[in-house]
Amino acid sequence: MTHSENFTKGFFKENAVFVLLLGMCPTLGVTTTAFNGLGMGLATTFVLVMSNIVVALVKDLVPDKVRIPTFVVIIASFVAIVEMGLQAYIPFLYEQLGLFIPLIVVNCIILGRAESFASKNSVLPSMIDGLSMGLGFAMALTMLGTVREILGSGSVFGLSFVPQGATTILIFVMPPGAFIALGYLIAGINALQARARKPKPVAAKAPEPLPAN
Amino acid sequence: MAKLPSTIFNMVMTLVIVSLLSGGSLALMNEATKEPIRQALYQKQLEAIKAVLPEFQNDPVGELANATSEGGQALECYPARDAEGNLLGMAVKSVSPRGYSGDIWLMVGFKADGSLHGVQVLEHHETPGLGTKMADSPFKDQFIGKNPADFDLRVKKDGGQVDAITAATISSRAYGDAIERAYQAFLQQKSAFEAQP
Amino acid sequence: MEYLLIVISAVFVNNIVLSQFLGICSFLGVSKKVETAVGMTGAVMFVLVLSTLATYLLMKSVLEPLGLEYLRTISFILVIAALVQMVEIALKKVSPPLYQALGIYLPLITTNCAVLGVAILTIQKDFNLLQGVLFAFSHALGFGLAMISFSGMREHLEYAEIPARMKGVPISLILAGLLSMAFMGFAGIGA
Repeated sequence: MTHSENFTKGFFKENAVFVLLLGMCPTLGVTTTAFNGLGMGLATTFVLVMSNIVVALVKDLVPDKVRIPTFVVIIASFVAIVEMGLQAYIPFLYEQLGLFIPLIVVNCIILGRAESFASKNSVLPSMIDGLSMGLGFAMALTMLGTVREILGSGSVFGLSFVPQGATTILIFVMPPGAFIALGYLIAGINALQARARKPKPVAAKAPEPLPAN
Repeated sequence: MAKLPSTIFNMVMTLVIVSLLSGGSLALMNEATKEPIRQALYQKQLEAIKAVLPEFQNDPVGELANATSEGGQALECYPARDAEGNLLGMAVKSVSPRGYSGDIWLMVGFKADGSLHGVQVLEHHETPGLGTKMADSPFKDQFIGKNPADFDLRVKKDGGQVDAITAATISSRAYGDAIERAYQAFLQQKSAFEAQP
Repeated sequence: MEYLLIVISAVFVNNIVLSQFLGICSFLGVSKKVETAVGMTGAVMFVLVLSTLATYLLMKSVLEPLGLEYLRTISFILVIAALVQMVEIALKKVSPPLYQALGIYLPLITTNCAVLGVAILTIQKDFNLLQGVLFAFSHALGFGLAMISFSGMREHLEYAEIPARMKGVPISLILAGLLSMAFMGFAGIGA
């Protein structure tokens, strides 16, 4: 796998949220606005990249049987660092994300990548892998947050586009809306992927008519 | 490099070293962020106080005192003073447990005579689009300038003078309840704050 | 009364899965059959209460007196991981069929955010020990209620005709949304 393939996989082919269905708790929990989704996605990306780097560095020094506990400690340390950093320098985001910041620890994506990728690869590919999966996760959360914010609050990244006091579809910023919006988003992405797969045989034939004349 | 074999010694050493390293780095990070976190909390508190009080010259956060509300909960009271140390008003961080889904926290600002100067919603879990309107005009404006001594903080439905938010009577009721608790705290603390300049 | 309020709030009003979004992975992952949902609920319930108890004691008797609150996240997750290991070993001995059924999901309880989430929430809410354990137990009950009713519905979903693109995960999520909407009807009970 080339570096660029490694980098792009997290956005579509192996997208954590839309394809692998991992990390669903923060995905549903914090995406009432696009900004929150992006913030959560970037915080997770930071932890993912750092833990992947460290795991790739120490993988040969860790005996197999204590591999998982060691990885968990590494991940938890970076999560605590993010937690303190956000609290000190971006208190607004810290309050918005609340409980879901310490819960980055138990985001299946992170331990999953450490175990299935970083513990078998060297530092550079592991870093790219973390960046790719993390940014793909951030992209998914921002998309879901944007959809929910548009429908539920009539704004994008806090910029309102409806008159004050206008009626919006409030259910989308409430818990049920999270499930429903994500359900339709995944269905839409499935449909897009199915369509992208179909035209391939057609595309292969397409060039023929041109040289015929 | 060959992988380290899983002997007991290796396993224990690995875990000990990893834990020490992570504990150490977290301790460093904790030291580094302690001051900024304190500063951020202080700033937030001060901004909420500024938003609900007339302009003051002292440091209200430094003069924090607690009053007890019904149920034994401590409410934080912050005095505002002019340059001579006269009491201009008081901000009370108040809470009502009677919200639609959980506690509603308010910062309530009183002038020295007990009339309301401003109210800010600090934290709540009310229904978006309904209960959340308590933070907006026109609901919040009806309280400004009123004195709880002669303004009944209950909603009209319960015989009071507050125009409830449509479809969010419970939130409106809790909002009034929190202000009432703040007013009780104001009465408790007022003389103490006036005594010490 | 206060205790009753904790229970009602945790089971219905602020349901851990449907309104707080904790434990979604197992909620979506192990809910295809009622049978496995029940097993998973049992395991989560056991681990949740036990780990809340352990983390509460750890926090109050070690971390807070020593001023080490910043080690909360890391020490909690280690305690939970160790507990899950113990439950796994115990289950293997006591009930091999259940162990077979839950398969890979048992180790995944460690990364079930419901467990760590409730442990942290208990600390944040300033509960005493009894309230904390009750809080954890009622959240586990809420988890079970959501999980088992959801799996019952999913069993019926198998026989429904659904547009091809909506099959599988999308329709399950929308079903969960409807269930969550039903639970919204409980809001305001505590007021």
